[in-house]
Amino acid sequence: MEMQLIFFYVFAVLSVGGALSVLLFRSPVYCAMALVGTFGFLSAIFILLNSEFVAAIQLLIYAGAIMVLFLFVIMLLNLRTDKSPGLTWSLPKLLGVAVSIGILSQMIGVINSPAAKIGPKDIFSPQYLDEKGSVKVIGEILFTDYVLPFEIISVLLMVAVIGAVIIAKRHDTDSGGEG
Amino acid sequence: MIPVSHVLTLSAILFTIGVSGVILRRNAIVVFMCIELMLNGVNLGFIGFAYGMQSMTGVMFMFFVLIVAAAEAVIGLAIILAIFRNKGTVDIEEINLLRW
Amino acid sequence: MDAILEILVNPAVQAILKIAVIVMGFVMLTGTVLTLMERKWMSAVQDRLGPNRANVGRFTGHGILHIAADGLKSIFKEDTIPEGADRVIFTIAPFFALFASIVIWAIIPFAAPIGGFTFQITDVDIGILLVLAVTSMGVYGAVLAGWCSNNKFAMLGATRATAQMLSYEIFLGLSLVGVFMVNGSVTVSTLVENQNTYWFDGLIPKWGVFTQPLAFVLFFTAMLAEMKRLPFDAPEGESEIIAGYFLEYSGMRWSTFMLAEYLAIVGTAGLTVTLFFGGYHIPWLFADGFHLFGWILELPVWLVALLQIGAFITKTIFFCWLVIILRWTIPRFRFDQIMELGWKKMLPLALANVMVTALVLLAIDHWQAG
Repeated sequence: MEMQLIFFYVFAVLSVGGALSVLLFRSPVYCAMALVGTFGFLSAIFILLNSEFVAAIQLLIYAGAIMVLFLFVIMLLNLRTDKSPGLTWSLPKLLGVAVSIGILSQMIGVINSPAAKIGPKDIFSPQYLDEKGSVKVIGEILFTDYVLPFEIISVLLMVAVIGAVIIAKRHDTDSGGEG
Repeated sequence: MIPVSHVLTLSAILFTIGVSGVILRRNAIVVFMCIELMLNGVNLGFIGFAYGMQSMTGVMFMFFVLIVAAAEAVIGLAIILAIFRNKGTVDIEEINLLRW
Repeated sequence: MDAILEILVNPAVQAILKIAVIVMGFVMLTGTVLTLMERKWMSAVQDRLGPNRANVGRFTGHGILHIAADGLKSIFKEDTIPEGADRVIFTIAPFFALFASIVIWAIIPFAAPIGGFTFQITDVDIGILLVLAVTSMGVYGAVLAGWCSNNKFAMLGATRATAQMLSYEIFLGLSLVGVFMVNGSVTVSTLVENQNTYWFDGLIPKWGVFTQPLAFVLFFTAMLAEMKRLPFDAPEGESEIIAGYFLEYSGMRWSTFMLAEYLAIVGTAGLTVTLFFGGYHIPWLFADGFHLFGWILELPVWLVALLQIGAFITKTIFFCWLVIILRWTIPRFRFDQIMELGWKKMLPLALANVMVTALVLLAIDHWQAG
C-alpha cells in the first residue's frame, strides 16, 4: 500500500475519533478541543488531497478563528461545570439518530456502487497546479469566474458583523435590571 | 492515489456524527460545534470531488461554505450570548418560550 | 563513508538534520540567551549592572551563569496544580504556545540554496500562509491556560489575550497582502529572492521595507501584539492582573511559557527580516560575489553562504534587540487603547495600503505596456 493511502487512513480514523469525542465529552471546552483536533486532522487530509492552500485556510479560519471564538464565548458564560448530562436519550431522539444512520448507510451504498464513477473532468491536474502554483490558480479562478459570489459573500460577512454587534450589545435601557 | 469513494465515505460519516450531535446534545454551544462538524464533512466532500475530477469548482465551493460557516458562527454565538443574558442557561431544552 | 553520504542525501534525513540544527542550534540557543540579555539590556536602560552574581568559584562570566541557574531552579521547583484546575488542559496548554513559536522556523531560509541543497527546512508553495495558520494556534496556549487555572485573574488575562490576538491576527494578515501583491507570490524563496533585485542600476535593493514601508510598520506592530510583548502586554499586565493567564503556573511549566515568549521574539525577528529586510541577502552580494557600479569582487561559494548566514543571524539579533528595547521604552497601553489602535487605526491603514498598492501596481503595468 502506498504511503499516501496509509496516512489517509490514519488521519481518517483520527478525525472520526475526534468527531465522536465532540459528541461524547461532557465539558464544552473538551468538545471544543476535540473539534480543533478534528479540524487539524482534516487539514492534514486536505494536504494529502493536493489542496495545501485549503489546508492552510482550514487551520487559519476554523481552528485559529472560529474555534477560538467558541472558547471565548464558553469562557464568557463560565460554563466550567456542565451540570447537564452530555447525552440524553429519549425515543424521538433515538429515532432521529436511527434515521440519520439509515441515511448514512444509503449514502455509503451509493458512493461505493459501481455506477458512481468519478474521473478527471478538468485540466487542473496535480502537475498543472505544481507548475503554475496552486495559490495563483485559485486566485485567478476566484477573481474571474467566481467574482460575483465572492462579492456577495463579502456583503454577507459585513451583514454578519453588524448583526453580531447589534445582537450581542448590552442595551443601556435595561441595564438597571439583571444587565 | 486515494480513492475518491473513501474520501466521500469519510465525509458522510463526519456529517452523520454531526447530525447525531445536533439531535442528542443539549448544550447550545456544543450543538453549534456539531453544525460546524457537519459543514466540515461537506467541505471534505467538495475537496474530494475536486481531487477526483481535477477541477477547481469544489475548492471554490469549499471557500464559500467556509465563509458562510464563519458568518453563521459569529451570529449564532451572539444569539447564544443574548439568550444566556435573558435566561441564564444555554440548555436548549429549557429555552422553550415558544413551545406549545 | 559512502554509506553515510548515501544516508545524508536522503531528503527526509536532511530535513530532520536541518530541524535539529536550526531549532536546537539557533532558535533555542538564541531564545535562552535572550532571557539573560533582556535583563542585561533592561539594566543598561535603567543605568544599573543587572544580574552578575551567579558563580562557579570565582567565575561569573558577566552573568552568563544565570541562564544555567534559572534552568536548574525551575527544574527543581515544585510543579503545582491549583485545586479545582483542569489537570489535563493545565498540562497541555504551555505546549500550544511553544509549538506556535517554533513552527515559524519551518519556512525561514538561512542562506541561498547551493545546488540542490537549501538552507531552509521546507519551501512549501503556500509559504507564509502556513506561518499565519500555525501562529493562529498560539492563542490556544493563552486561552486554555487562563480557563483551566480556576483563577479570576487568569481568566481576565485569557479573555484579554483572546480578544487582542484574534483582532491583531486580522491586521497581521492584511498587512502582508501588500507584500504578496508586490511579489506576486506567497512562497518564501520567491519573496526573499525578489529582495535581491535593485532600483537605479543596482543601487538600492528592493527590500520589503522600501517597497512596502507601511506594511512593515503594521506587521511589526501586529506581531508585537500577537506575542503579547509590551506595549501590548495587557493580558499579562503585572501591575493589574499579576501575571494574567499563566498566573497559576510554576516550575517547568512556567518556564515553558517564558521560553515560548522568548522563542516568539526570535521567530518574529526572523520573519520580519525574511519579509522586509532582505532575508539572508547582503546588499549587492550575489551568488558569485559583490557587484556594484560594474565593480566586481568574486567570492567562493562557501564564503558567500557563510556571509549570508552571518547576515541573517545579525539582522535577526538586531530585531530581537529592538523588540526588547521597545519593552523598556514604551509604557503599557490600556486595553481599550489596544482595541482602538487595532480597529480604528490599523485596520483602515492596512486596507488603504492594499488599495494604494493595487493602484500603483496597476499604474506600473499600464505604463510598462505603453
